[in-house]
Amino acid sequence: MKYRFTRKQLCIPYVAFLILFVILPLLVICYYAFTNGEGRFTISNLTGFFSSQNTIGTLAYSTLIAITTTGVCLLIAYPVAYILAKSKLKKKSVLLTLFIIPMWINFTLRLVALKEVLTMLEGNLAMYPFLNTIIGMTYDFLPFMILPLYTALMKLDDSLLEAAYDLGASKSTVFLKVILPLSTPGIISGITMVFLPAMTNYVILDMMYNSTYIMGSLIGSYFNAYDWNSGSMIAIVLLAIIFVITWASNGFQEEKSNRGALL
Amino acid sequence: MRKVLSSAWLGIVLLFMYLPILLLCIYSFTDSSTIGAKGSISFQNYRTLFTSSEMLSILGGTLLLAFGCAIISTMLGTVGAIGTYYSKKGLKQFVTTANQIPVVNADVVTGFSICVLLIVVLGIDKNTFIPLVIGQVVLASPFVYLSVLPKLKQMDHHLYEAALDLGASARIALIKIVIPQIIPGIISGFLLSVTLSLDDYFITTYTKPATFDTISTYVVNATRGSHTEIKTAFWALSTVIFIVIICVVLLGNHLSNQKTSEENDANDI
Repeated sequence: MKYRFTRKQLCIPYVAFLILFVILPLLVICYYAFTNGEGRFTISNLTGFFSSQNTIGTLAYSTLIAITTTGVCLLIAYPVAYILAKSKLKKKSVLLTLFIIPMWINFTLRLVALKEVLTMLEGNLAMYPFLNTIIGMTYDFLPFMILPLYTALMKLDDSLLEAAYDLGASKSTVFLKVILPLSTPGIISGITMVFLPAMTNYVILDMMYNSTYIMGSLIGSYFNAYDWNSGSMIAIVLLAIIFVITWASNGFQEEKSNRGALL
Repeated sequence: MRKVLSSAWLGIVLLFMYLPILLLCIYSFTDSSTIGAKGSISFQNYRTLFTSSEMLSILGGTLLLAFGCAIISTMLGTVGAIGTYYSKKGLKQFVTTANQIPVVNADVVTGFSICVLLIVVLGIDKNTFIPLVIGQVVLASPFVYLSVLPKLKQMDHHLYEAALDLGASARIALIKIVIPQIIPGIISGFLLSVTLSLDDYFITTYTKPATFDTISTYVVNATRGSHTEIKTAFWALSTVIFIVIICVVLLGNHLSNQKTSEENDANDI
């Protein structure tokens, strides 16, 4: 009899691929994070991470960079997304595309451009490492914040705003009680798009002559030193942070959809 | 007043996003090696870009890698999405979750973990390019999966059954019935894969052969040194990429406008 495949068998290669190259690498770094160079079980990598002032300082500095970048991106992107979503221009999609195009240009080349301009303005980049890092990250990640905010704000029903105004709400009340809560899913996905890269993208720091380490730089330096065990521990810490962010944002979104179901 | 303020805000943000690129474009046509310095018009940067063998091999390598990985990712992600869509709930749940890992994970972590598994544990030689290709496919195929899935949900499923009833083999039905219906998702997944690969620095650094460089890894290494000639040749490269992207966007816009106007015409009738 001729062999006939069914449609579900088509998932076999992809499932195998995910197990081998997505799940297995994570298990391997878990193993490396909790063993020493000779392959014996140890928690010294973990205790080493949390007892060393260097690594804790790095964690704090990356959190500071990530929070500042996310905040600045949000403050710049929210008005942009709102204006775009509410504008009645016919060529709105062209305008949106203009804000998205930078995403398609290689980020190192764009950083080179930014670096040249900042050098022209400031003279010596090394004078303001923190400021320049925030500018560089904002420049790099801004489109990733604008897009989800725009999508969320496009779904906003204008009649809700009108109803709020008719019932006597002031502009600030409408914003705080109607627009902001309804755009929360966009804000959340914007934050998840920006926060983690800001903690890890150490190329931006290198290019801006910021010699302070962030979490990504630690992995880079352990990689250069062939220290797989310590590097894996940093990766595990980052994975834990990702897990918390995803879990928190899912909580937000589930609450939303439950509410929608009740209505 | 409000209108003026909103336009001004959009203008300022656009200026912030485009001023560096535009200045770089202008200065790429001069012999100046710093932006803001005086220089005379020169095409030296473009000559270096298109004649230096180092430049050409980086460009060729980057493009070959991007398109090669995009083809593999697109096939893997598309077939995976079709298969998963018709699978049992448990398996579907597994794929959805595992697929999300590379999407939300930091590229540094993805690159590092693949490097540890393939190069340190399994001892695969970096020079075979196998770790590099696998790394980039891990990065891109989940996005293909995510862009194909919504098209599968919109698809008319009776057509496939009808084709089978009329005697088509599963393979023929797949190629002639399913693929044409989800082709927009496949194309956007492919384009996404190409951009992801072109933009990637971290996975490439952790998995590439020592002597191989993509645009990203080369630019990062070059900015640490001070090779002026190569540095300004990259300005020319940025200009070329910028112009190519603008053309692609304009073309895409034009095509989709044409399509919507055709649809409108059809609706009018």
